[in-house]
Amino acid sequence: MRWAVAHAVADAVVHEGTACRAPTRYALVGRMVPWLRMGVAAVVLSTSGCASGRVATTTAGSPRAGSPTAARLNAVPPAAALPSTAAARLNAVPPAAALPSTVAARPSVTVANTTLDAFAQPLPGLSADERRAFFVGNAFFNDPWVTAPSSTAGRDGLGPTFNATSCAGCHFKDGRGAPPTDDDPDRVGLLVRLSVVDDVGASVPHPDYGDQLQDHAILGVPPEGTFDIAWDEVDGRYGDGTAFTLLRPRFTFRDLAFGPLGDVAAMPAISPRTAPAVFGLGLLEAVPEADIVARADPDDRDGDGISGRPNRVPDARTGAVVLGRFGWKDGRPTIEQQAAAAFLGDIGITSSLHPATNCPPAQAACRAAIDGGSPEVDDAKLARIVLYDQTLAVPAPRDVDDPAVVAGAALFAAARCDACHVPAMRSGPRSTVAVDALADQPFAPYTDVLLHDMGPGLADDRSEHDATGTEWRTAPLWGIGLIPTVNGHDRLLHDGRARGIAEAILWHGGEAEGAKERFRTMTRSERDALVAFVASR
Amino acid sequence: MTVRPSVAAPVAALACLAAIAAACGPAAAPPDAAAPSSAHTAPAAAAPPPAASADTTALRRAVVRTYADIAFASYTDALRTADALQDAIEAFVADPTDASLADAKSAWLAARDVYGQTEAFRFYGGPIDEPESGVEGLVNAWPLDEAYIDDVDGNPGAGIVNAVAEHPEITAGLLVDLNEVGGEKNIATGYHAIEFLLWGQDLSADGPGARPVTDYVVGVGPNADRRRKVLALEADLLTQHLRIVVDAWDPDELAGYRSGFVRDVDGSLAKVFTGLTELSGGELAGERMAVVYETQDQEDEHSCFSDNTHKDFIAGAQGMANIWRGRYGDVVGTGLDALVADVDPAAAADITAAVDAAVVAMGAIPPPFDQAVMGADDATGRMAVLAAMSSLEQLAARLRSAGAKLGVLGGGGA
Repeated sequence: MRWAVAHAVADAVVHEGTACRAPTRYALVGRMVPWLRMGVAAVVLSTSGCASGRVATTTAGSPRAGSPTAARLNAVPPAAALPSTAAARLNAVPPAAALPSTVAARPSVTVANTTLDAFAQPLPGLSADERRAFFVGNAFFNDPWVTAPSSTAGRDGLGPTFNATSCAGCHFKDGRGAPPTDDDPDRVGLLVRLSVVDDVGASVPHPDYGDQLQDHAILGVPPEGTFDIAWDEVDGRYGDGTAFTLLRPRFTFRDLAFGPLGDVAAMPAISPRTAPAVFGLGLLEAVPEADIVARADPDDRDGDGISGRPNRVPDARTGAVVLGRFGWKDGRPTIEQQAAAAFLGDIGITSSLHPATNCPPAQAACRAAIDGGSPEVDDAKLARIVLYDQTLAVPAPRDVDDPAVVAGAALFAAARCDACHVPAMRSGPRSTVAVDALADQPFAPYTDVLLHDMGPGLADDRSEHDATGTEWRTAPLWGIGLIPTVNGHDRLLHDGRARGIAEAILWHGGEAEGAKERFRTMTRSERDALVAFVASR
Repeated sequence: MTVRPSVAAPVAALACLAAIAAACGPAAAPPDAAAPSSAHTAPAAAAPPPAASADTTALRRAVVRTYADIAFASYTDALRTADALQDAIEAFVADPTDASLADAKSAWLAARDVYGQTEAFRFYGGPIDEPESGVEGLVNAWPLDEAYIDDVDGNPGAGIVNAVAEHPEITAGLLVDLNEVGGEKNIATGYHAIEFLLWGQDLSADGPGARPVTDYVVGVGPNADRRRKVLALEADLLTQHLRIVVDAWDPDELAGYRSGFVRDVDGSLAKVFTGLTELSGGELAGERMAVVYETQDQEDEHSCFSDNTHKDFIAGAQGMANIWRGRYGDVVGTGLDALVADVDPAAAADITAAVDAAVVAMGAIPPPFDQAVMGADDATGRMAVLAAMSSLEQLAARLRSAGAKLGVLGGGGA
């Protein structure tokens, strides 16, 4: 009986993925809307562009590695060899400086794996020792933490209050979390940040609940409370008259152990956050700060309606104010600091960066609970987990020669999605990165790592360092089409409100209003092509 | 375990291929039974000419069916030994004595030897660990949240057993509900929960846990009646959960997992290779050995209460050998060895050698494992553990490249 259910779920997922990636037919050329004709010279169903795409998916292990042919296949194609159309540009490996043909082939940062473990692969170029360290980190990422004291002393100290018992609890298979639903009410993967405004107008943690609602606790300690989500329907129409319905979440809180969150006059700011996928983070961390900042245009000097601002955040290790790169609002500067904050906030595990247990003064049982040592995750283990996060490979683009994907690439560029979802980045030199395999690598994250005003529809009205209540970091798009395979859902955006790529686009506002409108007014086959392209990254 | 000379493997595989071709030709309906055992014992002189790939489809189908047969047989044995464990536990809680406790421990150890061989059926979202419905987290979760179950050193009032006010009534539903706190089915049920309840915490440097039988004697051990109830319910839940997996692989359950598995031959071969490479390279060499080799946290091992971890490793390697050769118990079918030999006899021989080496290397770890990992890097135990890790990593690498050569495994490394 249980299997019947499981199969139904699996079938639905497969069907959805198929429908998304391989829509029926696209007769695009010749039916382009005027703005599209202006934006791109021609939609070329370019075989050379597709060939470049295949090069991008070539990974280590070729039996001919070392031969001149293999060297050419594994190497980044010289920029001059690439066709100049937008389609080819987007669908190919990010153009890099031409490499001399004598340079030995390097493994790419992508892996062609489309299974449940698509996001869980080590970078192909890791050494044997790095690979072993990767698996050590993987163990501490996946395995649950347990109540202290325990025989497994290196893994105890859970809570006392927590959202999940392991990193993988929310980042299942290194992938994406989603809000709980009626079908899966106990799903972890979304948490709620809280803050109140203090006497001098600063945004500070809630006095009784802290900066995040922990909805679980160890035996004998009360959970802080829980939340319910009601989904309000928001109707709209595409330019061709087709109706769509979006869902906007409304959060209510109950079972609050330490009194109401606030009164009507002074409710705390809340910001629901789903767990993002964690692969490719090492590459984003490895991009030189100057390269990211160079794309910022806070005053929109180029007049394209898109600004892009860096978040400037404190570095907990050095005290300096530096570029924020991680989190939904670029709130953390490094993977280590993101991971340490999540350890404390989400699992209740202390570290040298966050040595104090997360129990506000009102929470007596929490404060009295036995801890798992000081700190609970030591620096050596934290370093392994960080290395693991740094060296998770990126899924190779899929279906790159599908005509819809090729057409969608042109539409993506023409609609100016790529103004923020930047397809070409490059990591810094060896001296700036953790492992060889991360150095000097071209990669295609489809993010600029900058903050953008996304309009009132998505606003959480909660600031985070320099990020305002309407700003969000451009979400990377790589691997997005594999989320249904890996995580069994298609929920996107910070609070998981969007059911699939099209809805996520339709929620764009603010600086992205123009791009959203260009998408909304496309023909159905154009929209499907653009979505197919995004899903193929 | 007999170590076959590696040169024999391709010969046997080719002979096997001929037999499959005869049995599973396209005209005949494919029989569900595995290839006849005579295929593997055909004399070398009768080896046919080099295999043509015209029969590759039949060969692949036979391999997948054999794998499914072994899965069913392995889980059936796991359930049988878990039933025996449940019987022993019921006898123990009805009359807790040193003798009945020893019987229950023996039954647990016997059950683990069998269950460990099923771990090669994990890691691809099959019946045991399908993300939504899989029972792996209920059966074999680790690490165990001891303090969620019973008192521990440093917190005598801990656990469901002692939470009289919070949970006055102990039921199976309560254990399952509590097991899912935090959204993960990994807290407090399965083999290791039973292990903890039988052995107790391992507080000694050189022996297993030594829980006194009086913990279960009403009027002597605190909350002994509740501890009995929890242990009996845990044993019952274990058999219930294993039955779900047995049913999924049962060839007579037409709507079960198996029927789809044997139909989707190439997809299933990908799963077979994924399971093996993940178990050897990722799980055994990585998570279970490299971690504790590095941290030297003595109890950072899977069967830490009973000091039985070395047997978990042996069983894991044996499970991979079963699948590689297509043999387990009464099942004598077509193994992966034949499939790989069809495209690359030398690679098949290499993997056979690597599988055998892994089984030997696991057996060479001096028990108990929590002692073997301690000391300096040149200590006998640590060298044996490192050698075992290397043998598993080598096996994983060879299986990965074979899977890629067969076109069933994409890139990737875990």
